[in-house]
Amino acid sequence: MAEIHLKQLAHSYLPHPTGSQDYALKRVEHVWEDGKAYALLGPSGCGKTTLLNIISGLLHPSEGQVYFDDRDVTSLPTEQRDIAQVFQFPVVYDTMSVYDNLAFPLRNHGHDEAVVRERVLRIAEMLDLSAVLKKKARGLTADAKQTISLGRGLVRENVAAILFDEPLTVIDPHLKHTLRMQLKRLHQQFYHTMIYVTHDQTEALSFADQVVVMYDGDVVQMGSPQELFERPAHTFVGYFIGSPGMNVLDARVEGNRAYVDGLSVPLAYSYDAIAGTKVEIGVRPEFARLMSREDAGGSGLPVTVKRIEDVGRFKIARAEFLGRELNVVIPEGIPVSDRADRILFDAQHVNVYADGWIVKGRAA
Amino acid sequence: MKTWNNKAWFMVVPVVILVAFSAVIPLMTVVNYSVQDTFGNNQFFWAGLEWFNEIVNSERFHDALGRQFLFTFLILIIEIPLGVYIALHMPTKGWGRPVALVLMSLPLLIPWNVVGTIWQIFGRSDIGLLGYTLQLLGIEYNYTQNTFDAWATIIVMDVWHWTSLVALLAYAGLQSIPQAYYQAARIDGASRWAVFRYIQLPKMRSVLLIAFLLRFMDSFMIYTEPFVVTGGGPGNSTTLLSIDLVKMAIGQFDLGPAAAFSLVYFLIILLLSWVFYTVMTNIDKQER
Repeated sequence: MAEIHLKQLAHSYLPHPTGSQDYALKRVEHVWEDGKAYALLGPSGCGKTTLLNIISGLLHPSEGQVYFDDRDVTSLPTEQRDIAQVFQFPVVYDTMSVYDNLAFPLRNHGHDEAVVRERVLRIAEMLDLSAVLKKKARGLTADAKQTISLGRGLVRENVAAILFDEPLTVIDPHLKHTLRMQLKRLHQQFYHTMIYVTHDQTEALSFADQVVVMYDGDVVQMGSPQELFERPAHTFVGYFIGSPGMNVLDARVEGNRAYVDGLSVPLAYSYDAIAGTKVEIGVRPEFARLMSREDAGGSGLPVTVKRIEDVGRFKIARAEFLGRELNVVIPEGIPVSDRADRILFDAQHVNVYADGWIVKGRAA
Repeated sequence: MKTWNNKAWFMVVPVVILVAFSAVIPLMTVVNYSVQDTFGNNQFFWAGLEWFNEIVNSERFHDALGRQFLFTFLILIIEIPLGVYIALHMPTKGWGRPVALVLMSLPLLIPWNVVGTIWQIFGRSDIGLLGYTLQLLGIEYNYTQNTFDAWATIIVMDVWHWTSLVALLAYAGLQSIPQAYYQAARIDGASRWAVFRYIQLPKMRSVLLIAFLLRFMDSFMIYTEPFVVTGGGPGNSTTLLSIDLVKMAIGQFDLGPAAAFSLVYFLIILLLSWVFYTVMTNIDKQER
């Protein structure tokens, strides 16, 4: 087990990258603390897998170093890194039995059979594979094969970290839930550092202590699910996390007021002149309220409500403001007036962004 | 309510005619010769299974069959592992890939009797590069007089001609292995040998079965190349089954025995191919 430190890491798949657009991974400085469970979240093609492969050594980074604790492992091959990785699609050794598949990494690392047996049986028990241990791996279903792949990642005990590259993609929803719980339990039992790549935010938020969001080769934010939700560091995080995503509006900010198309929106903090060409404000639909003109008392943004969607525990109002869609989450039990045509934001939760990145304000 | 009539028979008539002309009639002609005796004049006499009896019990046939088994065994045991070895070391990307593929395909594009001629000249000690060089090095080499040299020449020639086929098939098998398998193996700390044994070999198995069967059948039927190089000699030492058959049928014009020979020959190939195929696919099934 180890702390993993990525120092000024960057990677390009081209031999001679000329600009930042050529990089699959742009200069990342990041520490994965020992024993924590991380979720690495981001859309397809944002560099998640590249990052993972660099940590495990399958890929050599173009620039920067990887440290496990104080050891520079950048040029160390995968075999010598003591790292486990589970891939998106099942990899099983066809000709081996399930037992031998699970034992394979242990045997390769020279453990004696008694240890191998004990660990394999325990992992098989956890993953519900005990019944098929003697079967050949190739005859099994895709679910079972992926479970075996997962088992091979978990069977080694003294690994620096376990990396999961969207491991539950091919698994059916019910089993997915069970396996996720097992992983979580395993983490609480052994405190392996775990990095879990996914683009499913429910999966990320339910698995991890810390969520890392990547976008276009950059790590845009790391934080607890709560932080990501309340203060997205980048408008992308605002869109990506939460359903529906954050409302983002072009604005002009002066002191503790934002002006959207000349209409004033109060802010909880005060801002100095903001550098950056594109200034926006972002508000989560959960922190917006829909009301009628009279109730709003002259404040708020005038909107046209297009439709109300009832999604069970709450309703989502889809409204239009100057041709842009604004969403409002209406909690259960709150009536919606037919005459509602104003949206008010909770000043505490209005974030200000310059060129996509959050700007910190001073207490007003 | 179903109507029953015999219209369907008309539908299969074209196929029946085609198969009859392409396979059944020629084969039955051979069967016809094999059970009769003739002394010319288009006069035929019933001979029953006499020719079969003669062939199956003749020393000449046994010797040729023995040589044939030895030849096929030797080229299989060389070409299959060598082909796999080459496939494992062929470049998988960059400019080397198309170059390697073209180079490997070249021997397969050369007509069989040209291959024979190439080696026939190549091995001559007066003008052939191989024969002349060996002579210079002080090695006695003469494929027309020395049995061992003759065998070495036809074996090396066949390996040169056909290993590419095995290599290309194995290469295709290797190309179909997803990258994730190699990555997982590295994560699991597998040795180079383990990667071969547990990933590459199992994934190549079905193409290797095809390569094995093709090489078995082709080598068992081989005629042109050794005939051009050695003509079956020295003596009868490289007279393989088909060379012997041609001698019997065309050289001696023994139609009856040659026809019986052909049928026995055909049945042996059919039987062995069936046995190999069944055994190999059964191993496959048992492991599931």
